[in-house]
Amino acid sequence: MASFTLPKNSTIGTGKTHKAPAGAKKVKNFKIYRWDPDSGENPRNDTYEIDLDQCGPMVLDALIKIKNEVDSTLTFRRSCREGICGSCSMNIDGLNTLACLKPIDEVKGDVRINPLPHMPVVKDLVPDLSQIYAQLRSVEPWLKSDTPPPPDAERLQSKEERAKLDGLWECILCFCCSTSCPSYWWNGDRYLGPAVLLQAYRWIADSRDEATGERLDNLEDPFRLYRCHTIMNCTRTCPKGLNPAQAIGEIKKLMVERQG
Amino acid sequence: MARIKDAREAAMVGRRSDGTLTRRPLSPHLQVYDMMQMTSLLSILHRISGVAWCGGLVLLVWWLVAAGSGQGAFATAQWVFGSFLGWVVLFGLTIAAWYHTLAGIRHLFWDAGHGFAMEDAYRSGRLVVIGTAVLTILTWLLILV
Repeated sequence: MASFTLPKNSTIGTGKTHKAPAGAKKVKNFKIYRWDPDSGENPRNDTYEIDLDQCGPMVLDALIKIKNEVDSTLTFRRSCREGICGSCSMNIDGLNTLACLKPIDEVKGDVRINPLPHMPVVKDLVPDLSQIYAQLRSVEPWLKSDTPPPPDAERLQSKEERAKLDGLWECILCFCCSTSCPSYWWNGDRYLGPAVLLQAYRWIADSRDEATGERLDNLEDPFRLYRCHTIMNCTRTCPKGLNPAQAIGEIKKLMVERQG
Repeated sequence: MARIKDAREAAMVGRRSDGTLTRRPLSPHLQVYDMMQMTSLLSILHRISGVAWCGGLVLLVWWLVAAGSGQGAFATAQWVFGSFLGWVVLFGLTIAAWYHTLAGIRHLFWDAGHGFAMEDAYRSGRLVVIGTAVLTILTWLLILV
């Protein structure tokens, strides 16, 4: 059920301010969501004043600087720092993106950083993704084929068949899109969300996969697929420039086409 | 016994460092997300204008029933629609009806598989907003002139 307000234990209070060192010239405020399971308190927004002259260009650089030099309790996921692992997905300045790909300069005023929206918070900027991973598993994101591969070669595709996977295989499962979708916020228990539906379409569109009918059967459901109302927040926010809304549109089209 | 209505409830249970259970917060959504971007803004306006139009249909039915049930009832209905508030409501309903129609056509294009590229979606969105303004003004010019 849709609840437009936050539960009582989730409302956000004001937290501490960590001042910039004396003599800092180019100071930017980072307002970061904090929640510690051990504190027993509600989440709060801490403010960190960072001297941009002493900091790398990306939001992730600032987060790492804060963790290293200001406040080691700040918790967030990160790994590759080049937009390929999908770990540092979070809400920055009102939009979901990867902290490692978001230049600090692009943010006017204070940099507001929150965890991916409408998710259970493990700690600080770390959301619990177990529900969304279970949903990903439910679309069986692997090749399903009754025909055995040729004994001495790979399963071949034409260039045209391969081209159909462009814009799909690049997804790094950061879930910026799913957690930007109001439909997924309100109905994420049953609606699969843009990221998982894009993955579903990645296998439907694969010429080597022979389970298209079965995959469409699995999605033919008022909630799993059709809670998509083409809001397009997903495509707007994707840090990889992919188009989940279009992938979902293609699935809907196939549903109609197979009815003849 | 309390039943879990939402499967996501399971993930709302977390653990403290000492292993005891605690309830996790839900991360902020509407509170922090930029809902004024064209994608979500036009989407929620589509929903709102649809609901408004349904309300407008009730008013239309009332007007027709009043017309069928006699002069007194019809005069009341006419007075209500002729009042300042009545005009404001009718003008608002014109906006809602045109917006919902044009945004509905935009949705038909999407359903046919066109216009998903972000720049196309922004262009069609702007077109819908401008079209709504123009058609609303034209409609009222036709009524008043």
